Amino acid sequence: MEIAFVIEKFILVAIIFGISLVVAMYSTYAERKVAAFLQDRLGPDRAGPFGMFQPLADGLKMFMKEEIVPTNSNKWLFMVGPGLAMLTACIGTAVIPWGSGIQIGDRLVELQVTDINVGILYIFGVVSLGVYGVMIGGWASNNKYSLLSAIRAASQNISYEIAMGLSIIALLLVTGTMSLKEVVEQQHGWHWNVLYQPVGFILFMVCAFAETNRAPFDLPECETELIGGYHTEYSSMKLGFYLFAEYINMFVSSAVMAALYFGGYNYPGMDWVLAHTGTTIGPLIGTVVFFAKIFAFIFFFMWVRWTIPRFRYDQLMHLGWKVLIPIAIINVIVTGLVIAVIEKF
Amino acid sequence: MEPLTNKKKVLEQKPLTLAERMYLPAITKGLGITISHFFKKEATIRYPEQEREFSTNWRGMHSLKRDEEGRERCTACGLCALSCPAEAITMIAAERKPEEKNLYREEKYAAVYEINMLRCIFCGLCEEACPKEAIYLDGPIVPSDYLRKDFIYGKDKLVEAPLEIK
Repeated sequence: MEIAFVIEKFILVAIIFGISLVVAMYSTYAERKVAAFLQDRLGPDRAGPFGMFQPLADGLKMFMKEEIVPTNSNKWLFMVGPGLAMLTACIGTAVIPWGSGIQIGDRLVELQVTDINVGILYIFGVVSLGVYGVMIGGWASNNKYSLLSAIRAASQNISYEIAMGLSIIALLLVTGTMSLKEVVEQQHGWHWNVLYQPVGFILFMVCAFAETNRAPFDLPECETELIGGYHTEYSSMKLGFYLFAEYINMFVSSAVMAALYFGGYNYPGMDWVLAHTGTTIGPLIGTVVFFAKIFAFIFFFMWVRWTIPRFRYDQLMHLGWKVLIPIAIINVIVTGLVIAVIEKF
Repeated sequence: MEPLTNKKKVLEQKPLTLAERMYLPAITKGLGITISHFFKKEATIRYPEQEREFSTNWRGMHSLKRDEEGRERCTACGLCALSCPAEAITMIAAERKPEEKNLYREEKYAAVYEINMLRCIFCGLCEEACPKEAIYLDGPIVPSDYLRKDFIYGKDKLVEAPLEIK
């Protein structure tokens, strides 16, 4: 392994980590602005032009606050909870293909930290680990309400993982590969997977809402029911980590949805553009298009939050087990039948 | 028992249709409503750069008026203090000296006239009770301050209409 390869990957990891943190930071700002515009009011607009420095002010506030640790809490687990949530949120960005390879001099730099051939499975594993951060936080707080919220979060997460996995199985029947890079490469130009798997996409999106604990599935952290849910007892930067981890999760889920179903860095007319801009700038345009798709999904997350009321716990469980799993299974069967029939003729 | 009015609304508890159970059509309609608000004008006012205007019946800070020759109208009759439900107005009367004829309208005037803005409820009864049309509540909102004693507005400070129409 040459030293240039190691340095290239280091720089890529640093850039991706920085970008995901900045995107999460400005997601908090965007959330408040989008929420305000949807409610006929202006959002934050005092901290800098159009309130653009509001996330910096929030970050500074988080650092400056007093750190309160409950006396009878489990000190070690109390610290590990937010750290684990942040860790599992950030390592999800490692397998997403941010663009096709760019040519710098005589090196072909891949815009993906690692292209393992079980990319989709890796994303699932990381998402499943994500629920540990919530559960540990709820248990370590030594607070009945936090524990209730942690229990709800855990059950919600495992219920919707199954439907998500089944919808991905249908997608695997179509693509034939689990590597995210190849899935994106197959969606060249106009052949986005959402045209082949519309039901699967809707299923995946509903399950992504549930996995990121995002409205209307935000029962673990709603303020009207459980005060703060699993992060009631947290203050200062630990709370900042939990809130940040939720936004990074949203960013990673949007990226995965855009990559799997909406063509990643492909766009109609990309052949003409690539032929005219060369091999260094061309793929970067694809990356810009990918980010546009991600931001559209993040806006959709926020749009849905201020439209739909929250699901009650039993309605949530009913939806996850009795509605989505049968639909997902039927989706797999129908996809398999269609592919078998097409291959016959 | 017979209902007393015929305004009772009977709620229909029909089971959900298939379209309603799918949630998605209703969600799409809701999304349409929400996004229409995104493009409407916001109702927010950027205070203090922009302010909303008051209605014609607005009762703000008090001001003691002067007549056309610039003389103070108030004669310290005490009717405003009597009518005040919050007992916010106090005054000490004095006799007009011959050389002060251009300062005060009549022989009796208020040497000390104080309104405690914390007690005042801005009802306007003092304005209605004054026989000399001396006190009006047409000022702005009373500005905030730190100490209680700074809210007792005296005559010279803030309770006067300082327009010197010569």
